[in-house]
Amino acid sequence: MDTVVEQKKKTTRSRKSSKPTYSKEMYLNWYEMMFRIRKFEERALLMYGQQKVRGFCHVYIGQEAVAAGIEAAITPEDAIVTAYRQHGTAIGRGLSTNACMAELFGKVTGAVKGKGGSMHFFSADHRYFGGNGIVGAQIPIGTGIGFAEKYKGTDKLCVTMFGDGAARQGALYESFNMAMNWKLPVLYICENNGYAMGTSVERTSNVTDLYKVGHAFDMPSEAIDGMSPESVYEGVKKAVEHIRSGKGPYFLEIRTYRYKGHSVSDPARYRTKEEVQEYKDRDPVKMTESKILKDKIATAEEIAAIKDMIKKEIDAAVKFAEESPYPDPADLFEDNYTQADYPFIVD
Amino acid sequence: MSREIALRDALNEAMTEEMRRDELVFLMGEEVAEYNGAYKVSKGMLDEFGAKRVIDTPIAELGFAGIGVGAAMNGLRPIVEFMTWNFAILAFDQIVNNAAKTLSQSAGNFKCPIVFRGPSGAAGQLAQQHSQTFESWMANVPGLKVISCIDPADAKGLLKSAIRDDDPICMMESEMLYGYKGLVPEGEYLTPIGVAAVRREGTDVTIVSFNKMMLTALEAADELAKEGISAEVIDLRTIRPLDHETLVKSVKKTNRLVVVDESWPFAGVSAEIAYEIQKYAFDYLDAPVTRVNAADTSLPYAPTLVEAYMPNPAKVIKAVKEVMYLNA
Ligand SMILES: Cc1ncc(C[n+]2csc(CCOP(=O)(O)OP(=O)(O)O)c2C)c(N)n1
Ligand SMILES: [Mg+2]
Repeated sequence: MDTVVEQKKKTTRSRKSSKPTYSKEMYLNWYEMMFRIRKFEERALLMYGQQKVRGFCHVYIGQEAVAAGIEAAITPEDAIVTAYRQHGTAIGRGLSTNACMAELFGKVTGAVKGKGGSMHFFSADHRYFGGNGIVGAQIPIGTGIGFAEKYKGTDKLCVTMFGDGAARQGALYESFNMAMNWKLPVLYICENNGYAMGTSVERTSNVTDLYKVGHAFDMPSEAIDGMSPESVYEGVKKAVEHIRSGKGPYFLEIRTYRYKGHSVSDPARYRTKEEVQEYKDRDPVKMTESKILKDKIATAEEIAAIKDMIKKEIDAAVKFAEESPYPDPADLFEDNYTQADYPFIVD
Repeated sequence: MSREIALRDALNEAMTEEMRRDELVFLMGEEVAEYNGAYKVSKGMLDEFGAKRVIDTPIAELGFAGIGVGAAMNGLRPIVEFMTWNFAILAFDQIVNNAAKTLSQSAGNFKCPIVFRGPSGAAGQLAQQHSQTFESWMANVPGLKVISCIDPADAKGLLKSAIRDDDPICMMESEMLYGYKGLVPEGEYLTPIGVAAVRREGTDVTIVSFNKMMLTALEAADELAKEGISAEVIDLRTIRPLDHETLVKSVKKTNRLVVVDESWPFAGVSAEIAYEIQKYAFDYLDAPVTRVNAADTSLPYAPTLVEAYMPNPAKVIKAVKEVMYLNA
């Protein structure tokens, strides 16, 4: 068995910020991606308030470093599947903010033609296997996506993401076992943001260090800090090397936080202001910005230019979504079957 | 004396009264205790009954439904709440393979007095996975009884009956109508399982429905009345066993039947009703039984597609005119 890295429970280790570890391009990419996700989500909430976006809407604010760190450590040919808190993951994959915003508006120009809404973006072009609305369902699905890569003899892997709440579903245990037994190329990532709706991790199990669940299957498993793109990148990179070498799956518990309620309708009274503030003090967008400036990785003007570009991009995405048409009612019968002349019951 | 209360409060009263009455009854599910229920149906119950009897579970539907089944086989009377029935799909093994079959496969050695409850049906733009209607799925299974009712008074009385019933029961509520208000009697009463209610008497056509589609059916009946068409509207309240007598009696009077059923058309509740009526009231029918269902598709997110998918009063009125051979 490979080394199982037992990490200190505290993953909030402060990083020395004197010497930048990575290239300017890397930092600016991280910053841009996280800022894009943050602004997209803020605008999505605003549009929800105006009833332009409906249904369930779960935003990624606070968790941006997870998407940024993962994408820097994998390739566009690797697959990702995740849950319904997925706008950030999809944008990280490279889905355009136009397509994502239009999807939230339910417009025909959306990522899935207005058929999925906030919980269900998909893009085969981006190897993005979707936002799944059933808690834990994507864990076996991601395992199967990895299975197919191995079957086809590629060196690609599937990043299979889920929340802390999902980690209590039986599907996880079944999947971990088979993935380990068959040495499937799957990177399991639990985005532990502390809560499943109103239920804290502590209230759902005796095992609160979620990464330890992997140990029951001898799966290499560790916990990493999810508030910094560097930390996520390092953890994922190491895991990806392990998986690509053919040794089978890897499990990362990424410790992060959602600043907002579970969905727009949750006032989140189950946690303290202090707790939320504690994480906001380590905000990945702000911390990365100040690191870039402090370590002179880029100039204030370069940062301002990124912010300006993103704000314009999000404005344009809203305009695009507003101006796009809703699907035609007849589209209801599209994409239920691949069979073009499928005989629906219409009485 | 009655007072006007919301469906969620009526359901809360039913559970609270039954838990006061019988120590063996307990409530279990996601967010039912500290959060007071995802839809606030169990509000205040943790305070009254404590964590032993109002139990927050992890997200583990198959596991906690099975724990409910085992507890029921061993003498307790669980109420298992699913946040919605869409998530109960994970628990179908325990509901269908165990709860429904315990009595039969143990030849009466064990019974399974359990209530599985939660909302069924679409609730606006929630898209494919969160919008399904489960009455016909569960009613297909011998061994289960299926209740589906949004009238606050009846829902309360039915849930109380369900908790006291010795057979496993699936209770279907409505996410959209937990705030729906109605007059609910004070004091103790039970509503019998397996009996439909005539909500509106009429002579020209029978419209039968259940759950939130009752509001659609009644709205259509109001509109039809303005045009001089008298519709009798029946609320099934229980899907299994189906109150065949009330339906047949009504059709013998009106000679026409429109079923308004949010289930998908294929082998749905409407299909079963159409069978019963053609079998037992064939000679009384002046037109084929007609139905208004959700479309034979998954439900997408966009508002235009939700509109196209769902039954609505206009579609019901059109169906009524069809069975009355009136040009719309
Ligand atoms: C099988 C299933 N059960 C319940 C739900 C309702 N639900 C939606 S999200 C959620 C909490 C999940 O929390 P977590 O996995 O930690 O993800 P997070 O929302 O924190 O990203 C619940 C209970 C669901 N969608 N699917
Ligand atoms: Mg969580």
